[in-house]
Amino acid sequence: MNVSVDIRQVVKRYGTVTALHGVSMAIGENEFFTLLGPSGCGKTTLLRCIAGFEDVSGGEIRLHGQNIAALEPNHRPVNTVFQQYALFPHMTVRDNVAFGLKMKGMGLAERNARAGKMLEMVHLSAFADRLPAQLSGGQQQRVALARALAPEPKVLLLDEPLSALDLKLRQAMRVELKQLQETTGITFIFVTHDQEEALTMSDRIAVMSQGHVQQIGTARDIYEAPVNRFVADFIGETNLLPVTVESVAQGVAAVTLPGGHRITCAAAGMAPGPHHVSIRPERLSIVPTGGDLDVVVERVVYLGSDLQLLTRLDSGAALHLRMQNSARGQVPAPGTRIGLQLEEGAARLLAD
Amino acid sequence: MAGFAPKTGAEGTGYTRIVGPLLLPTWAMIGIFLVLPVALMAVYSFLTKEFRGGVIWDFTTAAYDQFFVTRGLFGDEPAAIEWTYIGIFWRSIWQAGVATLVCLIVGFPTAWFIATRPPASRQLWLFLITIPYWVNLLIRTVSLKFLIRDNGPLNESLMGLGLIDGPLPLVNTNLAVQLGLFYSYLPFMVLPIYAAVERYNFALSEAAADLYASRWVTLREIVLPVVRPGIIAGCILVFVPSLGAFLAPDLLGGAKTFMIGSLIEEQFKGSQGNWPFGAACAMILMTLVMIVLIAYARQQSRAEGG
Amino acid sequence: MDLRRYPGFRAMTLLCLVILYTPLIVITVYSFNASTSITTWGGFSWRWYADVFTGPEAPRFRAAAWNSLTIALIAATTATLIATAAAVAMVRGGRFRGKSATFTLINLPLMVPEIVIAVATLIFFSMIGLTTGYLTILIAHITFCIPFAYLPIAARLQGIEATYEQAARDLYATRAQAFRLILLPLMMPGVISGYLLAFIISLDDFIITNFVKGAGMETLPTAIFGSVKQGIKPNIMAISTMMLAVSVLLVTLSYFVNRAGQKTRA
Repeated sequence: MNVSVDIRQVVKRYGTVTALHGVSMAIGENEFFTLLGPSGCGKTTLLRCIAGFEDVSGGEIRLHGQNIAALEPNHRPVNTVFQQYALFPHMTVRDNVAFGLKMKGMGLAERNARAGKMLEMVHLSAFADRLPAQLSGGQQQRVALARALAPEPKVLLLDEPLSALDLKLRQAMRVELKQLQETTGITFIFVTHDQEEALTMSDRIAVMSQGHVQQIGTARDIYEAPVNRFVADFIGETNLLPVTVESVAQGVAAVTLPGGHRITCAAAGMAPGPHHVSIRPERLSIVPTGGDLDVVVERVVYLGSDLQLLTRLDSGAALHLRMQNSARGQVPAPGTRIGLQLEEGAARLLAD
Repeated sequence: MAGFAPKTGAEGTGYTRIVGPLLLPTWAMIGIFLVLPVALMAVYSFLTKEFRGGVIWDFTTAAYDQFFVTRGLFGDEPAAIEWTYIGIFWRSIWQAGVATLVCLIVGFPTAWFIATRPPASRQLWLFLITIPYWVNLLIRTVSLKFLIRDNGPLNESLMGLGLIDGPLPLVNTNLAVQLGLFYSYLPFMVLPIYAAVERYNFALSEAAADLYASRWVTLREIVLPVVRPGIIAGCILVFVPSLGAFLAPDLLGGAKTFMIGSLIEEQFKGSQGNWPFGAACAMILMTLVMIVLIAYARQQSRAEGG
Repeated sequence: MDLRRYPGFRAMTLLCLVILYTPLIVITVYSFNASTSITTWGGFSWRWYADVFTGPEAPRFRAAAWNSLTIALIAATTATLIATAAAVAMVRGGRFRGKSATFTLINLPLMVPEIVIAVATLIFFSMIGLTTGYLTILIAHITFCIPFAYLPIAARLQGIEATYEQAARDLYATRAQAFRLILLPLMMPGVISGYLLAFIISLDDFIITNFVKGAGMETLPTAIFGSVKQGIKPNIMAISTMMLAVSVLLVTLSYFVNRAGQKTRA
């Protein structure tokens, strides 16, 4: 991987509050890279540090080897798509798109031609002479994209650009964005709190929480192999069960589940003692006898294509599972006792 | 933890580095031509009066002594409290207070009414209320005087209608001064109350009505406490300038309605003036106003803190 | 039941408007009175307006009007420039030491009673030995106009998200370019409002001008005040009506500029 943006030990403090605690990551060329986390996790702060809207308190931000952390925003070859688009309200769509080119000193005819091409790319040629306020939210979004891409930045920064759109438009824009990234070959750094958005579009995802990077990996990595409770809990639905690790040998742990049943899990450098396992609800199935876990059904929730079963272990811990809503399946009634079988590798032993 | 990253932070617009140069003209102008003069005025109030309106650089408390203490006509009686100037101040406070109260009684319903109009006509109502404020205060005061003169249009038309036999003596009375102050500063009462009512959540009124409160009980128990900051702001904005007003008492009042503004103005007029005494009166007026403003600021910060 | 409605509130509002407007309407009407006696109506006439421009007092009024106008123009322009710089620093400058003190300083001319400012300014000028006259009036006017220009400009600026300028900077604009091409056009309605307010306030001022004007120097309000002391004459009503018209015109202008500004806001 050729590194495009190399973030090294970036610290950002606001007075006594620390927003980023020494964050490091290397983002590759042509990569669709997502910063994912709940609000206040530092993802937007990190993006603004890369754009130059915030001065870093420590660390380096390298763009193709050059440290850009001290440069003014107008000297950084990166462009931003803002959350509320920040289209200049007093300029036409064309002038908005041509603005960056004008600032770089491009002549009028040339920049208008290029702005026209960009608008063609986002299917808005007919709207070039309108003011931003005369466009719909989705159209404004595409103008913002065209404007940021027009100067051919090395990196495009996107700050929750889809959050202001309605659901249908958001889903359509996901596909468009991904295609745009593939055709332009520009590195995209995308900030979102929406895990579905992150999972569907990204080459890699950095999960952040409280100013720390929790895990960096592909969508599959972070969904199926979360490294800690935060990631397991934040990405998708899961059950976190307290377990006891009895012994660890050759990367395999012997684990006692609540209720006494024993299973084995992959374990990388974990000591025996109390731990948690993460079990995705879709990877549990009901068996007549001999399950790994014994539970009592408390409630059955109808979700359309799926049914959700809320159950409780004898220890009092809650456990939920999903089953397909098929006419053939027997749905256990509330109050009945059932056994649950874990799929192979379904229990993921967590570091903390 | 959420929300400490300001999304529209000042960093990145590049102005954080040039705050000093941008503010320098403001500091210089107001610092040199307002703060420094007020400080010099404080010094002046402790200087000795010269005939023909000048001062001698001898420090004395004579000006304040003249304001608060009397020793009889020839200065040989035992010191007693001088009531003349305290009386003028007290009358000013009273007049300003009455004007404020009348402004509140008229201004609150007006502000409420405007704030509950549909947004389109609301702007127009507000505009109508503010226009007179932008008309020259002197012209407004003169107009009012013309209207309420003994043989002015108001008395003429009342007599024409046979409502009164002779003209109502309005000019040169306390009432005229109060009317003038009310007329001068009414928009100051309406605007902050309007702003508060506009932000008022009418679901609160509905909740009160739902819980069996009548319209007027709702007004007293719910609305007034909630919009109180606006009411207090309005009262201050009317009271403070009324206290030091010059035009209304000077043009509409007579000798019996002498207020602080006229008292101070006289001290700087021609050769009968007494600059240190005028400066002392201005200091006392400013102290009164500052007490009101500080009390207001404290009450504000307490309200925000609680 | 509409809980927003209170009986009598509409009547009170109408009363409020009647009180505010009656004196102004009356003086406007009587300024067109043909009769020399101000009490009786003698038919419609422009004679008092003619008198203002050609009558015996015309030179005095013309000089006063010229002073008022030029002082208002210079004071409003200077105050608006100063206030614009201050507003940018206060709204876009982030946190800095002395910010709240600066805020108090800017608003000080609004908090200190006018008569106190008048006294203090007079004492200051006499102490430094500056002869009172045109220049002293101008300095005083610039000073007390600053907060009036500042308030609408800062209010407008607060409504403009920093992201517009950040977007411009992101698209390779320097700070100066971002100000000229983005921030200034967007804050223009506020700047115009501030300018007009400062202009009217300067034109309006009587007390402070009266203290620092010196002998022989007059602005329109001090000239009118001098005349009114001898009784309200019809030519004064004509002048007053003209000034009233100017004020109403300017405020209306400011109102529409603001409304237009709200429309371009994204």
